[in-house]
Amino acid sequence: MTLNLEPNIADPDGFYDELLQAHEGLSKSESDALNARLILVLCNHIGDRDVLRNALTAARKG
Amino acid sequence: MVDVRYDIAFKLYPYEKVAAQEATAQRHPVVIVGGGPIGMACALDLGRKGTPVLVLDDHEGVGQGSRAICFAKRTLEIADRLGAGDAMVDKGVQWNVGKVFHGPDRVFEFNLQPEPGHKRPAFINLQQPYFEKFLVDAVRDAQAQGAPIEIRGQNAVTAMERHGDFVTLEIDTPDGPYTLEADWLVACDGARSPIRDMMGLSFDGRVFEDNFLIADVKMTADFPTERWFWFEPPFKDSGQSALLHKQPDDIWRIDFQLGWDIDREKELDPANVRARVDAMLGDGVDYELEWTSIYTFQCRRMKEFRHGNVIFAGDSAHQVSPFGARGANSGIQDTDNLAWKLDLVIKGLAPDSLLDSYSAERAHGADENILNSSRATDFLTPKSETSKIFRNAVLYLARQHAFARPLVNSGRLSVPCVYDDMPLNGVDAPGLPEGTRPGASCMDAPLDEGFLLDRLPGKFMIMAINTEAPKITEVDGVPVGTLSLRTESHDPTGALVKRYLGETEKALYLIRPDQHIAARWTRSTAQGVRAALLRAIGKGALQ
Ligand SMILES: Cc1cc2nc3c(=O)[nH]c(=O)nc-3n(C[C@H](O)[C@H](O)[C@H](O)COP(=O)(O)OP(=O)(O)OC[C@H]3O[C@@H](n4cnc5c(N)ncnc54)[C@H](O)[C@@H]3O)c2cc1C
Repeated sequence: MTLNLEPNIADPDGFYDELLQAHEGLSKSESDALNARLILVLCNHIGDRDVLRNALTAARKG
Repeated sequence: MVDVRYDIAFKLYPYEKVAAQEATAQRHPVVIVGGGPIGMACALDLGRKGTPVLVLDDHEGVGQGSRAICFAKRTLEIADRLGAGDAMVDKGVQWNVGKVFHGPDRVFEFNLQPEPGHKRPAFINLQQPYFEKFLVDAVRDAQAQGAPIEIRGQNAVTAMERHGDFVTLEIDTPDGPYTLEADWLVACDGARSPIRDMMGLSFDGRVFEDNFLIADVKMTADFPTERWFWFEPPFKDSGQSALLHKQPDDIWRIDFQLGWDIDREKELDPANVRARVDAMLGDGVDYELEWTSIYTFQCRRMKEFRHGNVIFAGDSAHQVSPFGARGANSGIQDTDNLAWKLDLVIKGLAPDSLLDSYSAERAHGADENILNSSRATDFLTPKSETSKIFRNAVLYLARQHAFARPLVNSGRLSVPCVYDDMPLNGVDAPGLPEGTRPGASCMDAPLDEGFLLDRLPGKFMIMAINTEAPKITEVDGVPVGTLSLRTESHDPTGALVKRYLGETEKALYLIRPDQHIAARWTRSTAQGVRAALLRAIGKGALQ
């Protein structure tokens, strides 16, 4: 499996909205905690270590 | 004068004046400096092989502080080979259930049911003084059967000088100093190793800026025999983490992580220790403080464990944080690795270069231990705000979701390291199980009578499963034993097939004296065994 960096989310605006809504009303530290949990949940779902490593690299390049 | 640096739990080798103190310096084939667990195991192993060995320790017995409490299966298997395993397991506490808490909340519970088909449990809890005493008891038994082991208590090594192929040692005793000589010196003199300092050798690594308060308390309260671990414990002033773990004799190990800037004297004041313990155990629990201490932890190792005829083993060579119980457990694997090699070199049966493989294999083991214990420490004490956020996210998710539980790290249990890609390893045959590849230590298995590891008694062994064993009793003077097994009659549970054959019908293994696998084949081959054995004793280059 390779890391998919092409558009892959249906209804991008709707998704973005949901992401922000999940953080709605949270303090900075609560939001940080939510982000960390979200990352862990998603990473576990992906599982594949090569994909995860490539994702970390892609994110770090910013 | 010999300084007393700690109190003695068991006085096992009281000072006795020996004639050598008045004579000119006597030469010994092997001198071991330090009679801690590693020095004693080393002496026992060498002595049982018939190599004369002298242990010098600056005390008269085993220190009182318990320090190590968790002893892993591989350590018990090695102790079995040395005749000390039964005493340890009989006295030790076995446990399977662990609970992890975050603040007041239970995160999850695990059950480390041991994998069936091993003689020894995954680990036992036993106070270090008992562990050491049982090794010394085994030394006494071995001596009674003629093993050439001598222990001299209150003999403190104060200076060492190296001359080509021997060293001289200055030794202080209650009757004043004397000198002796050694062809080989094994430094088992602990993390502060005076020998290492005398040689000016470095001991680099990472210091963890944290203090741990250890309190061993005696109580008969009805706590279950489980390991309880708290992240950010809810009881007053308990620090970053806390541990409660049972030992024999109604003793409980309690451990508080206090942080870096603390007032040691104040924290060790019994009233303050009791206040912490009271808060943890709850009101009205009756207990006595047996032993308290404050520790800081390092993860570091020497670059090389061998310097000519001076060899380092145990804490003198490497130090790890205690999370995962890797200190004594890995030190015992050091001597397991070292003793047979040193024995063969001293007997002139293997080249001196064989000892370089000790350093290579055990440094590899130390790196693995340091890596594991550093990772556990980083999880326990997150080093940045972000790492703490992730740590707490893991703990939060672990309450509900199984996926997050393997990420929770309060110490990973010590398992023996595999000497992958090391120069002594011989050929492997495709199709055989991964777990018993060359470099791995043999996995135990129940046989029709007893267990497999008890049949591998500390010399090179040919193990033939469902095939003819080549008729070899020695190679270049190195004795070789044979174990011939048929799975239809010797493998009542199928563990032997699973662990040593896999899908294959038959196999031949060459096993080193430390029960690590040297090479293996799917057919019988005398020529292969000879070549692999020569390689395993460091004569590989001559092939
Ligand atoms: C709090 C704590 C908990 C731990 N828990 C565990 C655990 O659960 N499991 C585990 O496997 N390990 C654990 N360890 C580590 C374990 O205690 C050590 O790895 C182990 O004691 C090392 O044994 P050693 O023989 O190398 O050194 P030591 O036990 O330090 O022995 C060295 C010996 O050399 C002697 N000596 C020193 N200098 C001289 C001299 N100049 N002349 C003569 N003799 C000398 C000393 O008196 C001593 O007897 C723990 C350690 C700590 C601090």
